[in-house]
Amino acid sequence: MSINTPALNGKSLKRRSSYTDTNLLLIITIAVFIVMYVCAVVFLKKGFTKPQMFFNILNENASLLVLSCGMTLVMITGGIDISVGQVTSLVCMACAVHLEQNGGNVFTSILLALGIGLAFGIVQGFLVAYLEFQPFIVTLAGLFFAKGLTTIISSDRISVTNEAFVKLCRYEVTIPFLGSVNKKGIFIPAYVEIGVVVALVLVVLLFCMLRWTKLGRNFYAVGGNNQSANMLGINVKLTKFLAHVLCGLCAGIGGYLFFLHACSGSPLHAQGAEMNAIASSIIGGTLLSGGVGNIAGTLFGVLSLSTIKMIVTSLGFDDPWWTNITVALMLCIFLLVQSVILSRKNKTKK
Amino acid sequence: MIEGAVLEMRGICKYFPGVRALEKVDFTLREGEIHALMGENGAGKSTLIKVLTGVYPMDGGEVMLSDHFVHIRSPQDAQNVGIATVYQEITLCPNLTVAENMYIGRTKGVLTDWRMMNSSAGRLLEELGIPVSPKEQLGNCSIAVQQMVAIARAVDMDCKVLILDEPTSSLDEQEVQKLFNLMRDLKKKGVGIIFVTHFLEQVYEVCDRITVLRDGKLVGEYVIEDLPRVQLVSKMLGKDFDDMADIKTEGDADRIDLSELPVYQANNLTGTTGIKPFDFEIHAGEVNGFTGLLGSGRSESVRAIFGADRVVGGTVKMHGKTVKIRKPLDAMKHGISYLPEDRKLDGIVGDLSVRDNIILALQVMKGFFRPFSRAQAERFADYYIKLLNIKTASQDTPIKSLSGGNQQKVILARWLLADPVYLILDEPTRGIDVGTKVEIQKLVLKLAAEGKSVTFISSEIDEMIRTCSRLIVMRDGKVVGELKGDDLNQNKIMATIAGGES
Repeated sequence: MSINTPALNGKSLKRRSSYTDTNLLLIITIAVFIVMYVCAVVFLKKGFTKPQMFFNILNENASLLVLSCGMTLVMITGGIDISVGQVTSLVCMACAVHLEQNGGNVFTSILLALGIGLAFGIVQGFLVAYLEFQPFIVTLAGLFFAKGLTTIISSDRISVTNEAFVKLCRYEVTIPFLGSVNKKGIFIPAYVEIGVVVALVLVVLLFCMLRWTKLGRNFYAVGGNNQSANMLGINVKLTKFLAHVLCGLCAGIGGYLFFLHACSGSPLHAQGAEMNAIASSIIGGTLLSGGVGNIAGTLFGVLSLSTIKMIVTSLGFDDPWWTNITVALMLCIFLLVQSVILSRKNKTKK
Repeated sequence: MIEGAVLEMRGICKYFPGVRALEKVDFTLREGEIHALMGENGAGKSTLIKVLTGVYPMDGGEVMLSDHFVHIRSPQDAQNVGIATVYQEITLCPNLTVAENMYIGRTKGVLTDWRMMNSSAGRLLEELGIPVSPKEQLGNCSIAVQQMVAIARAVDMDCKVLILDEPTSSLDEQEVQKLFNLMRDLKKKGVGIIFVTHFLEQVYEVCDRITVLRDGKLVGEYVIEDLPRVQLVSKMLGKDFDDMADIKTEGDADRIDLSELPVYQANNLTGTTGIKPFDFEIHAGEVNGFTGLLGSGRSESVRAIFGADRVVGGTVKMHGKTVKIRKPLDAMKHGISYLPEDRKLDGIVGDLSVRDNIILALQVMKGFFRPFSRAQAERFADYYIKLLNIKTASQDTPIKSLSGGNQQKVILARWLLADPVYLILDEPTRGIDVGTKVEIQKLVLKLAAEGKSVTFISSEIDEMIRTCSRLIVMRDGKVVGELKGDDLNQNKIMATIAGGES
């Protein structure tokens, strides 16, 4: 053992640089999604051959996508935020009451949603970063708090009838040149809801933020090793705080997108969304231990997760437990693939 | 402020719960000098550096940097005022690329310019002769390369003060020379360099001035020419060197009763790690040693005795009775303890407290379902912390935050607690300071006097001569000689290792 000093091993290192862990996991995620979707198109047919099927996945999951992006940011810094699902629910309820009973308009409801998200982000971020509480516990408290608030506001479902808002809900963005021909031979163009546009813009923004801004790189550094990050001259506390604030903001935006899609507020909205967001991030190549992850991966994580659910449903297993069991299996397989590939990579370096 | 001084620290105090880490320490660094900071493990070198770089807040004192008082509250502050640091442990992020690790936290603006970063990192790496691509993920590099990257980061900063805290421990001879050349270049540019190391030769090779700390207090500042090595060592230890000379005690060979059955006796012990079958025996109260060059099989031999590597043949008798030792637990149950060569890898459990690390071996033997009571564990820990003079804030301190020598003592305590009849110490003195080395050697002799058998392995032959009464010499996996009595001298040992029969 003593013969192999590390210095000797270092000599053979002059070679082409290998993939970073982040990029390697991203490639795996994208490959898996493409294989899955192509298989669905080839073997299942049904709706999968129509472009609208794909866009429906986006329509259904715009909110989840935004929540997952926020989750990815926090997970990259080595933390977690399990309050986002209930914050979504709270945002829906608060906005619904605001629009229906308090005579608010669309603009003020958006501000309200962002405000709620930010407030949760700031408080939780402060507790986690500056008082150094465990993120899991802090956000668990946030989860219960949001759940309580939602029920206080109203324990019933509130549908929104505000004209301007309903118009916004129903607004469809047509995709040029894509669509399908119906039985009567009329071309129906594919569309996405306005929420999808917002979500995708956010994905691009956050992707660029993580890749090209110092703040983004600091997230990775803090997640990789927060003591080292501190020694390297990074303000670790501020970085963690900002990650939680951004995640809270994403929860606010994601909440509003859910509201747009559902057009109502209810204590039952977005139940378990935080878990779906965590699952999507992990499938997208984010490591729970921090320091590794990618927003593009998260996009494909959300798509993969929803696609597998869709496939299971269209195979005729439409009971919820089938989708749940499939998701569980998928998570396990992903974790297995990730750990095998990462450990093999680490072996080749020796 | 002293003429030409770039950094002046006055009256620095730092307290940890229960420990006075620094007590009114002064330190002055002049422009364009390499200044060695010396002291035993736990003398306060690393603490002083961490106070200076804002990792720990200081509890008293003031810092002046080129005529200005500065308050350094965080490593960011330190970087901003021109203090660049390479810490003892590698403080880089393994998940980022080499280039990012060199530039993160110290570029201006909001954006990261990858192209600029990669190209200038590439240039610098090439200049310094570090064989790695800037785009490589740091975690994929060897420890030596990571250390060089950390150094590259530090020297690239436009700094007035460069701190190198034991940067050479994972570097080979060539890399150390590269580093020294770099240091001399920086010195010419007027950078003040603080250099912390355990290697005396390195100090006398590059340094201009030495500041010695002991037990958190300043001993003094010396110009290198005025302080010969022996004096430096005695300053660090706070005692005269003769102490070590009289370690060797009065004729301990007489005390061993050879007519009794040996404590441990192996015949034709055969391992799988490339050593030839060998015979070995040790009596009560005896200290013996295995020596030979690195790779001669001395560690492998004792690992075979302990059952740490697979044993495939041979018979083992303890107190005359045949026993089977196939795995470490067997050996432990028969009263054999083994302190491994690589304490980081085989020895410490970093996150556990000092107390838990001490009781670990005994607990394993007792069985995990019969835990020790808290009070009992505390009593054990307390006893050994005092006995071995372990410098720790408390029993609850995680062992990883102790200095190397003190970690070694904790592991020693772990095996002493198991109350072995036969104790194997493989390189117990490696990487620790001279004072602790002496303490450990004295302890070994004390244990032998109490009737325990000890096998002691060290790379330093004088240590072996001082401690052992019988030396087994190995070469290429084979026992080639056994020396005792008057044969135990440097020349004879060297000759036997080299194979020149005389």
